[in-house]
Amino acid sequence: MLRFIVQRLLLLPVLLFVFSVVVFILIQAPPGDFLDSYLATLASSGSSVDEAQVVALRQQFGLDEPVHIQYLRWMEHILQGNLGLSLEYQRPNIELIGERLVLTVLLALFSFVFTWAVAIPAGIFSATHPHSGVDYIFTVLNYIGVATPNFMLALILMWVAYSALGLSVTGLFSPEFIDAPWGWARFVDLLKHIWLPMIILGVAGTARLTRVMRANLLDEMTKPYVVTARAKGLSEWRLVLKYPVRLALNPLVSTIGWYLPQLFSGSLIVATVMNLPNIGPLLLRALTSQDMYLAGSILFIYCFLTIVGTLISDILLALLDPRIRMEGAKA
Amino acid sequence: MNAPAPLLSVRNLKVQFALDEGVVRAVEGVSFDVYPGKVFGIVGESGCGKSVAMKAVLRLIEAPGRIVAGEILWRRKPQGGPGSTQEEVVDVTRLDPNGSVMRGLRGAEMALIPQEPMAAFSPVHTIGDQIVEAIRLHQAVSPREGRRLAVELFKSVGMPMPEQRLDAYSWQLSGGLRQRAIIAMALSCNPRLLIADEPTTAVDVTTQAQVLRLLRQLQQERDAAIIFITHDLGVIAQVAHDVLVMYLGLVMEQGPVNAIFHAPKHPYTQALLRSIPTVQSTPREPLPTISGSIPHPFNRPRGCPFHPRCPQSMPGRCDAATPELQAVGPDQSVSCFLYQTAEAKA
Amino acid sequence: MSSPTAAAPPEAELAATAAEERVSVASNWTLVWWRFRKHRLALFCTLLLIGFYLVVLVPDFFATQDPEATDAKQAFIPAQPLHLFNAGQLGLWAPAVAGKRNAITLRMEWQVDETRRIPVGVFVQGEPYKLLGLIETDRHLLGPASGDAKDRLYLLGTDRLGRDQWSRLMFGTRTSMTIGMIAVAFSIVLGVILGGISGYFGGLPDLIIQRLVELLQSLPTIPIWLALTAALPQDWRPEQVFFAITLILSLLGWTTLAREVRGRFLALREEDFVLAAELAGCSRMRIITRHMVPTFMSHIIATSTLAIPVMIINETSLSFLGLGLRPPAISWGVLLQEAQNIQTVALAPWLLVPGLVVIVAVLAFNLVGDGLRDAADPYTH
Repeated sequence: MLRFIVQRLLLLPVLLFVFSVVVFILIQAPPGDFLDSYLATLASSGSSVDEAQVVALRQQFGLDEPVHIQYLRWMEHILQGNLGLSLEYQRPNIELIGERLVLTVLLALFSFVFTWAVAIPAGIFSATHPHSGVDYIFTVLNYIGVATPNFMLALILMWVAYSALGLSVTGLFSPEFIDAPWGWARFVDLLKHIWLPMIILGVAGTARLTRVMRANLLDEMTKPYVVTARAKGLSEWRLVLKYPVRLALNPLVSTIGWYLPQLFSGSLIVATVMNLPNIGPLLLRALTSQDMYLAGSILFIYCFLTIVGTLISDILLALLDPRIRMEGAKA
Repeated sequence: MNAPAPLLSVRNLKVQFALDEGVVRAVEGVSFDVYPGKVFGIVGESGCGKSVAMKAVLRLIEAPGRIVAGEILWRRKPQGGPGSTQEEVVDVTRLDPNGSVMRGLRGAEMALIPQEPMAAFSPVHTIGDQIVEAIRLHQAVSPREGRRLAVELFKSVGMPMPEQRLDAYSWQLSGGLRQRAIIAMALSCNPRLLIADEPTTAVDVTTQAQVLRLLRQLQQERDAAIIFITHDLGVIAQVAHDVLVMYLGLVMEQGPVNAIFHAPKHPYTQALLRSIPTVQSTPREPLPTISGSIPHPFNRPRGCPFHPRCPQSMPGRCDAATPELQAVGPDQSVSCFLYQTAEAKA
Repeated sequence: MSSPTAAAPPEAELAATAAEERVSVASNWTLVWWRFRKHRLALFCTLLLIGFYLVVLVPDFFATQDPEATDAKQAFIPAQPLHLFNAGQLGLWAPAVAGKRNAITLRMEWQVDETRRIPVGVFVQGEPYKLLGLIETDRHLLGPASGDAKDRLYLLGTDRLGRDQWSRLMFGTRTSMTIGMIAVAFSIVLGVILGGISGYFGGLPDLIIQRLVELLQSLPTIPIWLALTAALPQDWRPEQVFFAITLILSLLGWTTLAREVRGRFLALREEDFVLAAELAGCSRMRIITRHMVPTFMSHIIATSTLAIPVMIINETSLSFLGLGLRPPAISWGVLLQEAQNIQTVALAPWLLVPGLVVIVAVLAFNLVGDGLRDAADPYTH
């Protein structure tokens, strides 16, 4: 078990290195650099910058150096915990990202809990009452949930809230709490706002997971160990919850591997539509203005979150399933 | 000594499965009695309805399957405290399959030794967990006491290192040990009837002999009844007192083991016996087999289900009606027109 | 004395055997079709998708107007729903709209006027175009039939520039459905080739391809897509962007398919019929193309049908965020950009209609894909 986790952890730096290269190539890929687009913007607004100033800026950000030197310098900074300076905002990236990152992770975790809290009971109910009315309703809802893009759902709900209730359900805080320091009151205010994005972000996943849970459980219910347990005289509910549900959860745990990362990156779209203080909209802005180190840092954070999501799922699966756990011990 | 009352009486049991493609008549009117302290063997090829009949006794038939007719009479353990001898007979078919009465019977009074010991245990729970659960479901004992009882059970089925084995998972044990663990679980509440559903098909020959010896020994020690389901006549000859031969959901022949093996009446029983290799068989001579194959369940032959494969089939008779079970000896009965004609003439 | 089982007449027995015979000699594809047609909903959705692809083929024919024609005076006209019956008789018509300038906001406010009916004709003359890019014609499926130039027909209303949303939707359908198809086609080619190499040959190629798949699968999809599309030069022509977006979608989308194909190959390699073919002296190429691929072809088709809606959602989301296709290209995502502002949506809710079309299309693909997947294994159950 320990060995298994250590193996995974050892792989982590390798993956991170590969990702850093990928990310760097991506942020280098657009033709021209930030200064070009910055100058273009300035020129279009009528003002101009003199040549010497441009050269100075270029040197300051190391934009005049060869690509591999730029990469090494970037890596050196990141390893020191320095995410660099935003070209556009002229502020340290870490300041810009800081709280937004916390809120990104928080939103994803909320959606995750929502998904499991809904999908597992719904899946169990559907599988224990197959082809019942409720099962059909769940199935229809699931199909619609999978088919509706996140942003579409957000748009529809925002429109309904706006036209029916006159509410503007954007953002994660009431105006008075936006810049307030963290405290109980601010947290409660967050809870008042986060539920809608939480549901929007979680709907598609909930639909898929309900289907996974239903199929797994139906499959497990036909296994001989269920008959054995029934022959013991166990009551149906205790039996279902102790044996088949327990086994049907294993494949569900392995979905964390793709689901958590999907929530992290999916929050980008919801956050943009609903104007949430999240790293998603910041990335979008950074990409369009070629604020390369800010974009790079955020992309790198997304990569990191993805790996962490997969890692959590692997470890949980090993904890839950003795067959995998013991295999790891033997290997 | 007068004849003891049967522990289990099955009367005209019919089980059907309503599938999209049609109705499968898995059990078509089966009757038999099981007496305490006896081993009752049920023989038949796969798909003849023997396992379904046993699941019906335990009320473990799942939808779309349904008991459509018949009675399953079960003599309960004395209910009125330790000194009581008052035995009550219940019709199992009238009980709610998941109700508390039926659950009190399952495991406590009638226990199942399932077919595949590998799949019969949950792979993510320890064996001890599953056995102690069975014990504590029917006996009010503490977890610690339950575990002690489980160790005792493991010792009685000859499980080496019982303590360690309780904390193992089923997939960590060998086939023979798994089989012993399953038997221990079935015995956990000292049931009056053990239903062994092909307990020796999934294990190799040496283990098979050990398991049979163990079952016989336990049965003698505890005076429990056993229903032994198998397709292997050789095994039946070793363990059973009485034998029932089934084909396509119907009883072909029924009687004491000696009569069935030494004076088989039904052409099907005769054919089955001929296809067992014996020491007397001529070497390098092909074994006789039963011609044809078992019909598809949706495509049951009309009349006697065996007539298309029967060497003594009488056209116009066997393909027209189904023969009823008739006594042909003191305890032996057979359902075949060959014997009904003889009787009618006599 | 006769039991109910004996009641079946011998003809029924013969018929049953004939049915069994028919099943045992039917080809794999026939069996798939037999099972698929049992799913009524999937069958209905197949027809729906055929309808969508008709629009893809000839969007100009279904459009009522030029999708690019702007008219600032005709902005935010509400939808004029098509009615089938006129005064109890079959006859197409749509209500007219009347505009009034709001004295305070100085904005034109449009009302549907049910009393004034614009007759709608089929196969009417309109904008000239080339059918399938070949045949010159000016016939459109629907259009105002009164001949009065003032009668304009906006079946789904207009956007802020006064463009007809119905006509734009037809062209958007062409783009979005095509992108889904082409991206999945690229994915299939990549997935089948790389997955096949991986599964059939094993060893080093398998190792390299599997690591690549793992790497791609552990990338955060949406941010990477954004970064890739943001890297596309701003001055590219719409067709170039279209092609690039398709490529980007499939570059990250082939991995699932590759895994599936690899798994199938690994399982099939052990099958007796492959060994038999090897012993019979078949070449590797022949074994792969004639013996292995046909056994899981139906699975690949089912998986790809389920992959198309994912591509469509992705394209729509990217374009909606402004990083996918850009105007003047028209796609469902581009159309939905008009609905980004919630105040605008409140003013003109019909701008959300392209979103509903996305949902319907994705739903149809998913149902057809599920039906195909269930039907793809005719020998199980």
